[in-house]
Amino acid sequence: MSVVTSLRRLAPAAALLTGLSIIAGHAEIPLHERRSGYADLGRDTKAMQDDDTANPGMLSVLDGEALWKTKTGDAGRACVDCHGDARTSMKGVAARYPAFEPARGRPVNLDQRISICRAERQQAKPLPYESKELLALSAFVGMQSRGAPVAPPDDERLKPFRDAGRAAYDRRQGQLNLSCGQCHDDNWGKSLAGNLIPQAHPNGYPLYRLEWQSIGSLQRRLRNCMTGLRAEPYEYGAPEYVDLEVYLMWRARGMPMETPAVRP
Amino acid sequence: MARALINVPAKAKRGEVIAIKTLISHVMESGFRHTSVGARIPRDIIDTFVCTYNGEEIFRAALHPAIAANPFITFHTVAAESGTFTFQWTGDGGFSQTETASIVVE
Repeated sequence: MSVVTSLRRLAPAAALLTGLSIIAGHAEIPLHERRSGYADLGRDTKAMQDDDTANPGMLSVLDGEALWKTKTGDAGRACVDCHGDARTSMKGVAARYPAFEPARGRPVNLDQRISICRAERQQAKPLPYESKELLALSAFVGMQSRGAPVAPPDDERLKPFRDAGRAAYDRRQGQLNLSCGQCHDDNWGKSLAGNLIPQAHPNGYPLYRLEWQSIGSLQRRLRNCMTGLRAEPYEYGAPEYVDLEVYLMWRARGMPMETPAVRP
Repeated sequence: MARALINVPAKAKRGEVIAIKTLISHVMESGFRHTSVGARIPRDIIDTFVCTYNGEEIFRAALHPAIAANPFITFHTVAAESGTFTFQWTGDGGFSQTETASIVVE
């Protein structure tokens, strides 16, 4: 039997398997084939991210540095009073979030960690999600991990949440009935209308998006994708997003952090 | 107060052409947008940027609506002598911000 005929006989079986894999979930991108969204930026946008005096995300980092040193709340304490110099104390921290928070019995992301710290240690008013101040603090803390590998904690307690995040990633959603993986695992590198489909790694957040003309969080980006699928987005801070963040960070494990990144 | 980022080389040779980059955080509200109840959002932009080199004006820009938020302006000049660059942004609602940067010319 020639190779060609044997392949022909196999073809229906292969098609069936492909069909099954769409239903059952997606093949993950092999670790060595992963690429940051940075790799697909245009030359000008790369230059913008590389130069700290041209990266608009740095404006937010500067705001965050000022807030880090500002006493606030009924406790009259600043972040620096407990944590000291962020350059050493916050190094690698953003690369480990979302992390398990025993008091809540579930993982929290960096923004939520900052809010908990504000409420409990500073006794200050909470900062709304996506507010300039919260993004600034998050960008400032995040930048201390720039270049460090994404390092999701090896914590058994995170596993059910990571699995839930993965299930959400593989679940078809919205009127377009697409899952995250159908674009970002199966079709990365191809075009969706005029745009390149990235692999969706969360290693540069909060990041400055040219489309937004501002810095924004990973959850803002996830909401964008959900409206793109014509699904109803969750509220900011929803546990569904945090689960997804846990999975996405695990999926990007080992990739260097780029906060504050620039994307088109 | 707005945040500004300035990139001026710390050192240059006399007569060398140097690049100066400036970035400032500003919403640059165009004045053409309306709120959900139809009220016009007043214009709030930076309309003038001036750079002086040891007191002499070397660059000026007039900015208009529909220029990007957080305007990034880059330009070149000849390093003539050691001294100070002064950057001033002025705009709607009495907005004014001044930053300085120094250069050593050998």
